Amino acid sequence: MASRAAVASALDLAALATDPATRIVVCCGSGGVGKTTTAAALGLWAAEHGRKVVVLTIDPARRLAQSLGLTELDNTPRPVAGIDTSGGGSLDAMMLDMKRTFDEVVEAHATPEKAAQILANPFYQAVSSSFAGTQEYMAMEKLGQLRALAERDGRWDLVVVDTPPSRSALDFLDAPKRLGSFLDGRFIRLLAAPARAGSRAGLKVFSVGVNVATSTMSKLLGGEMLRDVQTFVAALDTMFGGFRERADETYALLKDPETAFVVVAAPERDALREASFFAGRLEEEGMPLAGLVVNRVQRVAAPSLSASRALAAAEQLGDAEEKSTTAATTQGLLRLHAALAETAARQESLARRFAAGHPGIPSVEVPAAAQDIHDLDGLRAVGAALAGG
Amino acid sequence: MSPVQPDLPKVRLHVVTGKGGTGKTTVASALALAMARRGRRVLLAEVEGRQGISQTFDIAPLGHRETRILHDRTGGELWGLSVDAKESLREYLQKFYKVGRAMGVLDRFGAVDFATTIAPGVRDVLLIGKVYEAAGRRSGKGGGPAYDAVVLDAPPTGRVARFLNVNAEVADVARVGPIRTQADSITRMLRSHTTAVHIVTLLEEMPVQEAVDAQAELRAVGLPVGAIVVNQLRDPMLSAKALKQVSSNRSKRLAEGVAKDLESVHVRMTNGLVEGLLDDARQHADRVALEREQDAILQDLGRLTVRLPLLPEGTDAGGITVLADALADQGML
Repeated sequence: MASRAAVASALDLAALATDPATRIVVCCGSGGVGKTTTAAALGLWAAEHGRKVVVLTIDPARRLAQSLGLTELDNTPRPVAGIDTSGGGSLDAMMLDMKRTFDEVVEAHATPEKAAQILANPFYQAVSSSFAGTQEYMAMEKLGQLRALAERDGRWDLVVVDTPPSRSALDFLDAPKRLGSFLDGRFIRLLAAPARAGSRAGLKVFSVGVNVATSTMSKLLGGEMLRDVQTFVAALDTMFGGFRERADETYALLKDPETAFVVVAAPERDALREASFFAGRLEEEGMPLAGLVVNRVQRVAAPSLSASRALAAAEQLGDAEEKSTTAATTQGLLRLHAALAETAARQESLARRFAAGHPGIPSVEVPAAAQDIHDLDGLRAVGAALAGG
Repeated sequence: MSPVQPDLPKVRLHVVTGKGGTGKTTVASALALAMARRGRRVLLAEVEGRQGISQTFDIAPLGHRETRILHDRTGGELWGLSVDAKESLREYLQKFYKVGRAMGVLDRFGAVDFATTIAPGVRDVLLIGKVYEAAGRRSGKGGGPAYDAVVLDAPPTGRVARFLNVNAEVADVARVGPIRTQADSITRMLRSHTTAVHIVTLLEEMPVQEAVDAQAELRAVGLPVGAIVVNQLRDPMLSAKALKQVSSNRSKRLAEGVAKDLESVHVRMTNGLVEGLLDDARQHADRVALEREQDAILQDLGRLTVRLPLLPEGTDAGGITVLADALADQGML
């Protein structure tokens, strides 16, 4: 539509996904906008256009997961059946198991005895399975692993990731650093060896502070928890440095030009506001934003008829003295059309406002489907819309 | 575990959850407003710092201090609060240990970050702890409750059972100690008949699936599920007969009839107009069928089901009042 072309420059995901220089695509956005579906559809499209793709999903809807053959959560990418591989591409998919991923990091970086000790620690178990930032941290960890694996054996040349359903879309950028710097930080070292930390600093103020800090924490949390934390930290000692380093590495990977961020939003005020925050943040961090996907956009199949004309015609039909057998249905069709056209117009004005406020961000629209998407054909249709077809 | 069926008029803590994007903040706001408009003193609290409340009521961003949003003619009042974990920790330390000033020291050592973001469960205990405190607070000399009701805009369905089940959450790491004691008292209140957890959903597959899962999880941990709120319902646009007609195979005759009708009221006939109208109607019929299936799934839960209309203009221009009245009319207060 001509009016849409004027709204914003078009996001060419087809070019992006087929460009061999694109190695990572991150789909992000607020909850409920269709991030997972977008990631899966884009991955499928790229695979059927010659890329060797692995899609990392975080928390897919059950039926979408089934359509990708993800029946078990075993933290390993599996080939997706039913893909057109005639272009030389392939598609693997996996669902993130955050606890398993964390365990693997520990196992890879500690001696077997140390690893066993850490895995059995109650504090570790709590952090690895319930801390709100662990999922984000592990998603990024897994992304790093998949990327390294792709580099090493050439099994994949494109990693598409979905981001966790966080409180805000920005969480997955911040949480890994937070957990990384905590696990690596001053406080945990202090817990591990308060006396040593105090004497090394050589400052009386410092050791007073240490005592206040530890005694308050002990009051608050109970001595038992502190002891668990201390054993955990002691066991983890060999891995210090590793966590922050890994978080920093993933962060650097996200800034690399081989990465492309795709922000997904619904054509609604709140989702677009969130998308706007996110775009600003990516720019601030120097992370490569490819553009915006406006998902589930209302389209009308008979755009030549305006909403107001349709409503007027419906009224006229109602007023007519002689009514045909189809008059009531026609009235219904006209009213439905008017409602859809109004929704479409409202969404378009929101999208236009977003584009005016963010002139540098190209966008692409995906029309709303009547049904939820839970098979490969549904994903193909979304993929085609994403690729501008 | 047998579920507690909350007696909604007696409920003092309303917890509102739902899948992301279903409008739980809007529903929580409408519920709080409905009670304030009926003469009650209500606190509306959020715990994820999203400023959803201030955006809904178009007011300045809320902080950790309770702020009055409106005063109603009936004498009812609506107060807003965005709970901050660090501030809750400071209040907690001050109240129980008179060591609020230790915060600076704790902060320097990263202990505040540890307690408010990393120590498993502690953040949630601090956040709900504040809501618990407000719900149980007595005001001054009269000794009556400070608020008649508290409405909590809770985390989404995927996280809500864990968020509310603070007791189990801290049990792994704090078997004794003050955090544990606090968690125990919070749990007692949450499981009592004065609390209800309402689940907001849309008539779409994923939100309904999450609503069903959430109510099972909540029941499993002994939390009282209140109403199922079906949000953003569209008015039926087509009669049952019309729905049947557009989906049937004999739509050619229908198309001819529609074309004649349109001509009779002088609608300019363009290429594909009738087919376009029928295409959209068929899609609409598919959606209506899907919505009916989803509605039936929700009915099977056997809870009070409250239905809210889709507001084309969003919550601006008094839309929130429309929803508040709908909630009141359908027995949610």
